Amino acid sequence: MTAPASTSPTGAPDGDGGASAAPAGRTTLGHTGSPASRVLGALALGSVALLVMYGLVWSPPDAEMADSVRLMYIHVPAASFLYTGCFITTVASAMWLRRRTPGWDALAGASAEIALLFAAITLGTGSLWGRPTWGTYWTWDARLTSTALLTALLVGYLALRRLDVDPTARSTRAAVLGLLLVPNVIIVNRSVEWWRSLHQRSTLVKLDPTIEGQMLVALMVGFLAVGLVFTWLLVHRFRVAWLEYQSERLDLDLALAERRAEAGHPREAVEAARSSDRRHHGVADTRRPGGTPA
Amino acid sequence: MIAMTHAGYIAAGWGGAAAVIGVYAAWVLRRGRTLSRQVPPEERRWS
Repeated sequence: MTAPASTSPTGAPDGDGGASAAPAGRTTLGHTGSPASRVLGALALGSVALLVMYGLVWSPPDAEMADSVRLMYIHVPAASFLYTGCFITTVASAMWLRRRTPGWDALAGASAEIALLFAAITLGTGSLWGRPTWGTYWTWDARLTSTALLTALLVGYLALRRLDVDPTARSTRAAVLGLLLVPNVIIVNRSVEWWRSLHQRSTLVKLDPTIEGQMLVALMVGFLAVGLVFTWLLVHRFRVAWLEYQSERLDLDLALAERRAEAGHPREAVEAARSSDRRHHGVADTRRPGGTPA
Repeated sequence: MIAMTHAGYIAAGWGGAAAVIGVYAAWVLRRGRTLSRQVPPEERRWS
């Protein structure tokens, strides 16, 4: 006896998303939310609403940039959390190389993906700000070019994570590339100091910011809102990455069971398939089917 | 309507950022729901 051919790798029937596989009175409809993440989501939405009011209504236009300064309330926080995402990816990559636990690998991948999202927002809002201020959407300035290179590195990192090779080797290669993100962030951040740059220097330097009043408040609210959104996205993307890892592991369990059946070891195959099915339906089972994933 | 200079750039920047984050958040939630159906509840440590 082998695993039923009409079921998905985890035992859920094909075609209905697995919903009908649940025993009576029990739902398999899951999600990545938790009470804490719902509170975080509500706070993020509230702070985004506050940012809209401060950024678009309550803060005055800048004397030089006029209303285009309102793009800075997104651009600057997005750039900061692009750096944060890269930092988390580098730390998680180092931890993966040291401990080899899937949680660190999942965190590195999740953070890099969100960093890429914020890189796109940073480059997009920066270009839209540059057109009325500098007269061009893009110039090969040190800050812009280094940010584009950082974005390309993130794309490469995420492409490496999608290679169809041994998962451990894939994670290791990606982690090595992930270690390069923070050095690149330092280059991006210091580029306006190291080279002659069209890009303005840091707006917030220690306790002597170059903006003040309502504009400073709007920028701080921007940091709060973008930070909460970043955190909410990271929590959910990390959970999705964890589910992807578990799903991949279950697929491997079933593939091993099928190979055993083909090799003439039906008893082991049945045990593996049954155990996998039990775990899919949430039945406690201390036995591990199929051994450890390669 | 609020009168402001460079309104088109500002609308594109804010709207684009909101759209990018909104679409990505929706994709993450949808993928999470799909995968949650395939993975046993005990593997979802947060729920």
